[in-house]
Amino acid sequence: MSSPTSLAASSIQSSRFTRLWDSAGMLLVLAALFLTCSLFVDNFLSVANLRGLALSVSTIGMISCTMMFCLAAGDFDLSVGSVVAFAGVLGATVMNTTGSVALGVAAALAAGSMIGLLNGVFVARLGVNALITTLASMQIVRGLGFIASDGRAVGIRTAGFFDFGNTAWLGVPLPVWLTIACFVIFGVLLNLTIFGRNALAIGGNKEAAHLAGVPVVRIKILIFTLQGLVAAFAGLVLSARMTSGQPNTSLGLELEVISACVLGGVSLSGGVARIGAVVAGVLIMGLVQNAMNLLNIPPFYQYVARGLILLGAVMLDRFKSRR
Amino acid sequence: MPPDVMALDFVGLKKEFPGVRALDGVSFAVRGGSVHALMGENGAGKSTLLKILSGAYQPTSGAVRLGGAERVFASTAEAIEAGVAVIYQELHLVPDMTVAENLLIGRYPQRGGFLNRAALRAEAARLLALVGEDISPDTRLGRLSLAQRQMVEIAKALGRGARVVAFDEPTSSLSAKETDRLFAIIRDLKSRGHAILYVTHRMDEVYEICDAATVLRDGRHVVTHDSLAAVTRDALVKSMVGRELTNVYNYRPRPHAPEGLEVRGIAGPGLRKPVSFQVARGEILGFFGLVGAGRSELMRLICGAVDPEAGEVLVQGEKLPGNSPRAAIRAGLVFCPEDRKKEGIVAIRSVAENINLSARRSHLVGAGLFLDLAWEKRNAAEQISRLGVRTASPSTLIGLLSGGNQQKAILARWLSERVRVIVLDEPTRGIDIGAKSEIYALIHDLAASGVSVVVVSSELPEILGISDRVFVMREGLIAAEFTREAATPEAVLHAALPSGSIT
Repeated sequence: MSSPTSLAASSIQSSRFTRLWDSAGMLLVLAALFLTCSLFVDNFLSVANLRGLALSVSTIGMISCTMMFCLAAGDFDLSVGSVVAFAGVLGATVMNTTGSVALGVAAALAAGSMIGLLNGVFVARLGVNALITTLASMQIVRGLGFIASDGRAVGIRTAGFFDFGNTAWLGVPLPVWLTIACFVIFGVLLNLTIFGRNALAIGGNKEAAHLAGVPVVRIKILIFTLQGLVAAFAGLVLSARMTSGQPNTSLGLELEVISACVLGGVSLSGGVARIGAVVAGVLIMGLVQNAMNLLNIPPFYQYVARGLILLGAVMLDRFKSRR
Repeated sequence: MPPDVMALDFVGLKKEFPGVRALDGVSFAVRGGSVHALMGENGAGKSTLLKILSGAYQPTSGAVRLGGAERVFASTAEAIEAGVAVIYQELHLVPDMTVAENLLIGRYPQRGGFLNRAALRAEAARLLALVGEDISPDTRLGRLSLAQRQMVEIAKALGRGARVVAFDEPTSSLSAKETDRLFAIIRDLKSRGHAILYVTHRMDEVYEICDAATVLRDGRHVVTHDSLAAVTRDALVKSMVGRELTNVYNYRPRPHAPEGLEVRGIAGPGLRKPVSFQVARGEILGFFGLVGAGRSELMRLICGAVDPEAGEVLVQGEKLPGNSPRAAIRAGLVFCPEDRKKEGIVAIRSVAENINLSARRSHLVGAGLFLDLAWEKRNAAEQISRLGVRTASPSTLIGLLSGGNQQKAILARWLSERVRVIVLDEPTRGIDIGAKSEIYALIHDLAASGVSVVVVSSELPEILGISDRVFVMREGLIAAEFTREAATPEAVLHAALPSGSIT
C-alpha cells in the first residue's frame, strides 16, 4: 500500500505523462521504433537505406496531407490510388504526343483536379455518401487509366521529365523535398488559416458549422479538389521515378494513406487532425515496412503486420480517449 | 383488486438532472377503469413523469406503485413486463416490417427454432380485433395512416398485457373522425378496467374523455381533481399558469428606435400563411406557442437556415443579400438554435474555437490569408470573462461544459460579431436557474445597446418576464399579438391552445 503523498506524486507524474502522450504520442512511438530498428536491424541506419525509406513514403506522404483534410471534414476519398495511376498514364501519353513536359504535367494536374471536383460536387452538393461516391470514381478512374494506356505501361520519351523523380539536393531526393513541402503547406493551411479551422468545424458538427456561417459545401468541394490535385501530382512524381506511366500502380494506396492518417490520430468521424502526428503516422508505416524488408520477412507476412499495427494504433487511441 | 387500492400511484416522485429539478415530489393516484388527465405547460414535468413510468428514467427518489405494490423500473423492458405501456407521439414502430411483425416484435412465436408464420398472423389478427381495426396483418406498416399506426401501437401494448396505458398527446396529428375512433377505444379500455393516463393540452378532450385531472407546474404537483364535473375550464387554466412572476427577468423599459428587423411576407415549411412583423432596435419580441406551433420553423426561415418560398428579411432597412446563415450573419442577423448539442456547439472543439468560429473571418492578417492568433486568444479570453463562462481554460473541449456554459459560449460567438438582430430559440432550455438569470441580463444588455432581440420560448413566465411585446403562434399561424401590459398569462395561454380547446 502506498502512502497518500506518494499517490499524489504519482498522479501528478501520470498526468504529465498523459499530457505528453496526448500531444506527441505517435512521435514517441516513432522515436522508439527508430531507436529499436537502429540498434537491432542491420543496415537500417545506412544513408542509402534512409534515403530509400524516405523515397518509399513520398507518395503516401503527399496524399496523406489532403486525406487528412478530407477525414478532418468528416469525409473519405477512396479514389486517390486510381488518380495516381491515371495521372501518370495521362501525363506520359501527353508528353509523348506533344513532346512538352509542361503540357503533360498540366494535363495530369487538370484531370486530377477535375476528378476531385466531381467527387466534391457529388458528396457536398448532391449529398451522395462519400464512401459510395469515391468507391465509384475509384473504379471509373482506374478504368480510364487502363483505357488510355491500353493496359500497358507508357514509357516516357521526354528525358527532361525524369529529373522530377531522380535528382537530389543536399543528398535528399527531389520527391522527398516535395513531400516535405506538402507537409509544410498543408500544416500551415490546417493550423493558420480559416480554411483549416472551418474544415475541422465541419467535421466536428456540420449543422452547427453551417448555422455559424461556415460555407460547408464550398469548403468540402475545395477539399476534394485539392485531394485530386495532390494525388495527380504524386502520380506524376511517381511516373518520373519509374520513367513510365503505369495503369496498375498504387492499387490499395488509398487504404495505406487512410491507415497512415489514422495512425496519426486523425479521427474518422472528423473534427480532429494534427499534421505532426500524420507525419509520424506516415513514417511509422514506412519504417515498419522498411525494417521488415531488411529482415527478409516475406511480403505475405507484411500485409498481416501492417494490419496488426493499424489495429494496435486504433486501440491505443481508444484507450487514450476513454480516460 | 380491492376498490380502495389504486391501479397506479405516484409517491413523492423526484427527478433531478445536473442543475435542474424536473420533478419535485409529485404524488397522485390513478384509479383502475378511469381516464386521468395530466396537464401542465411545456416544461412542467409531464414528459419526465411519463419517462419514469415507462422505465426510461429512474427517479432520484420516490416510487411508482402498481396495484399497491412498489415498482422500480430499471429499464423500459421491465416496465413493459409489469404491464405499463406509454404511447408516445412518435410511435415506436418499424415502417419496413409488416403489421404482424411490429405487433409481436421481441416475442415472435417459434417452432423448432424457426419463425412460426401462421401463429404470428393469428395472434396479430386477434390483437387487431381488440382495437377493432380492420387491417391485414401482412400489410407493411409504412403504408398505414398515422391513426392506424397508433391503433397498432395500442394493440401491441395490449398484446403485452398492459394494464396501465399512458397516452402522450395522442390526438395532436389526428383528424376529428380519427379522434372519435381513438376515444371509442379508450372508453373500451376503461370499461375493461385499465388505468389510463392521458397527457393533453386540449381542454375539450379533457372534458370529453377524462374522469379526473392532475395539474403539474415547474415539476411540482399543483392539484388533482378526482371529478372534473365541478371544475371550470378557467380554473384549470389558472392552475396551470398561476404563479408569481419574480424579478429574475430583470425587466427594465428601454428606448426603441425604428428600423431593426423587418420580416415581409415570409412563407415556407411549417407556416400556414405568410408572416410579416417588425422589431424595433432595442426591442425584445417574445414568441410563445406550444411545441410544434411553427415558431422554430419561422425563425429558421428568417435566419437563412431554411430557404423561404416567398418573402424577404430586412436588417436595419437593408435586404439580406441571400438565403443562407452566412449572408444573414454578414448583415448582422445571428441565430442561436434550439438544439444546442446538434446545431450550436462543435462538441469536440475547444471553447475558444467555438467562440471564434464565425467572427474570425473579419480578423485575418497577412493579406487576409492567415488567422490572427493573437486576436483569437484575446477575444476568447475577453468573451469568457464578459459572459462568465465557467471553463477550466479556453482550450477545454466545449462538450465537457454544462448546458448553461455551452449556451453562454454560443452567445459569446455572436457577441464577437457586430450584431444588429439576434434570434434566440429556447435560449434557456435545460439550463439551471442561476445561468438563466445571467442570460436574461445579457439579453437585456444587448437590447439596451440597440440590438433587436427575438426570443422563442415554451416557458410562459420567461416570455412574459423579458418581452416588450409577445406574439403567440398556433398551428403555423401568428394567432395573437400582445403588448407587455396586455400579456396576462391566461390570455397568452388561451391564444396558444389549439382552436376549440377553450371557449
